[in-house]
Amino acid sequence: MFDYLYTLFADPEIWEITKLSLSVSGFATILSVLIGLPLGTLLALVKFPGRSVLLAIINTGMGLPPVVVGLAVAMVLWRNGPLGDLQLIYTPSAIIIAQTVISTPVVTGLTVAGLQQLDPKLRLQLMGLGASTFQVVSALWWEARLALLAALMAGFGSVISEVGASMMVGGNIKGQTRVLTTAIVLETNKGYFERAIILGIFLLIITMLINYGLTLVQQNGMNKR
Amino acid sequence: MTALITINELEFYRKKRLVLKIDQFEIEKDRVLAVIGPNGAGKSSFLHILTRLLKIEKGQILWNDRSIFTIPGLEYRRNLALVLQEPLLLDRSVKENIALGLKFRGVDNNKIEKKVSQWTERFHISHLLDRSSKQISGGEAQRVSLARAFALEPELLLLDEPFSALDPQTRKELVKDLRIVLNQTHTTTIFVTHDLNDVLTLSDNVALIWDGLILQYGNVQDVFNNPINEAARHYFGQDQ
Repeated sequence: MFDYLYTLFADPEIWEITKLSLSVSGFATILSVLIGLPLGTLLALVKFPGRSVLLAIINTGMGLPPVVVGLAVAMVLWRNGPLGDLQLIYTPSAIIIAQTVISTPVVTGLTVAGLQQLDPKLRLQLMGLGASTFQVVSALWWEARLALLAALMAGFGSVISEVGASMMVGGNIKGQTRVLTTAIVLETNKGYFERAIILGIFLLIITMLINYGLTLVQQNGMNKR
Repeated sequence: MTALITINELEFYRKKRLVLKIDQFEIEKDRVLAVIGPNGAGKSSFLHILTRLLKIEKGQILWNDRSIFTIPGLEYRRNLALVLQEPLLLDRSVKENIALGLKFRGVDNNKIEKKVSQWTERFHISHLLDRSSKQISGGEAQRVSLARAFALEPELLLLDEPFSALDPQTRKELVKDLRIVLNQTHTTTIFVTHDLNDVLTLSDNVALIWDGLILQYGNVQDVFNNPINEAARHYFGQDQ
């Protein structure tokens, strides 16, 4: 049994799959933070026509089924689709796009919630002390940092664990677009449960380690209060 | 007395309702003006219009004879310092909180150190410098908030009911210390309050705002001794 486990752990393919999963989901999380943090800040702090509609869309998006995202992104990237010429379908880039679509509403929605938990007069106070818009936003981000960290964790969690979209737009191609979740589905379908379990353990360990690191940062911030 | 601020034909509306209307008014340099009046009279709106955080529909506000609307917003606001009812300190040390406005202005660290040390001494909070803002009392936090504002050495200090959340003893001590600082610095100050004792202790002049209009304005003693009408007399607690 242990020999078999050792063989599996020594299998370079498993490490390749793990590496691809991490890079694809990590990159998608970074993109969703780059979009979601400013967008969430805008929605939390600025009143403009259509804001409520946009907030409702974001909140709905937080529970978006990954297969629906996969379908939409696949249609856009499909050979005959609007972005078909880019030839992104069944590439890691396609998975990154789909995962960004999944995690951006999560990061945006939790950013809005985090910033709206702050005292609304804090912004007024900062401006009354001569802060520029950038200085106001930086100070508010710092004040809401624990909530923003939670947004980052939730954003990463939503994509590292999803399978539907990655399968649909990535195609689960060996050595190219096979990530941990799609590999688990494949191995289970083939009846190779041991391999699926090992991949599942890898996925859990990665998710746990990353979240443990972020939780340490978050709780350290809490304890300093 | 020269005017720091001159207001002409000002009208401010909220949801099409007239909240404040001032035909002509001057805020004198180096004086403390108390703004009093019942809830919803327009006191805080008056203050926030002067910060330019509220936009007026009509009228002119001059700052040293120059329209404030010709001055870039940030440049204008950096002449002021605002203290609100809640201290609204950031989740940082007391020292960092006091340095905040100076950092916003890009003041160099040596100067910041000096000013922080100077103003913490004047508000008797030097022993709190390294403490987290979450670990100090409400009275101490309001002292930090005042030190943060004075450290900017503003041309105009705006105080929006800064003592209303404090217990009577803490309030009394803080008002006393603020009086000393104002006497020493001669900072032009506008002070919104409900407490007539604070007006007597801290202010040179008083404006009574009623239903969005300045009902009475003048020297504190003159106004309190000669209420303009029954409403003012009632507000001053001088009912027969």
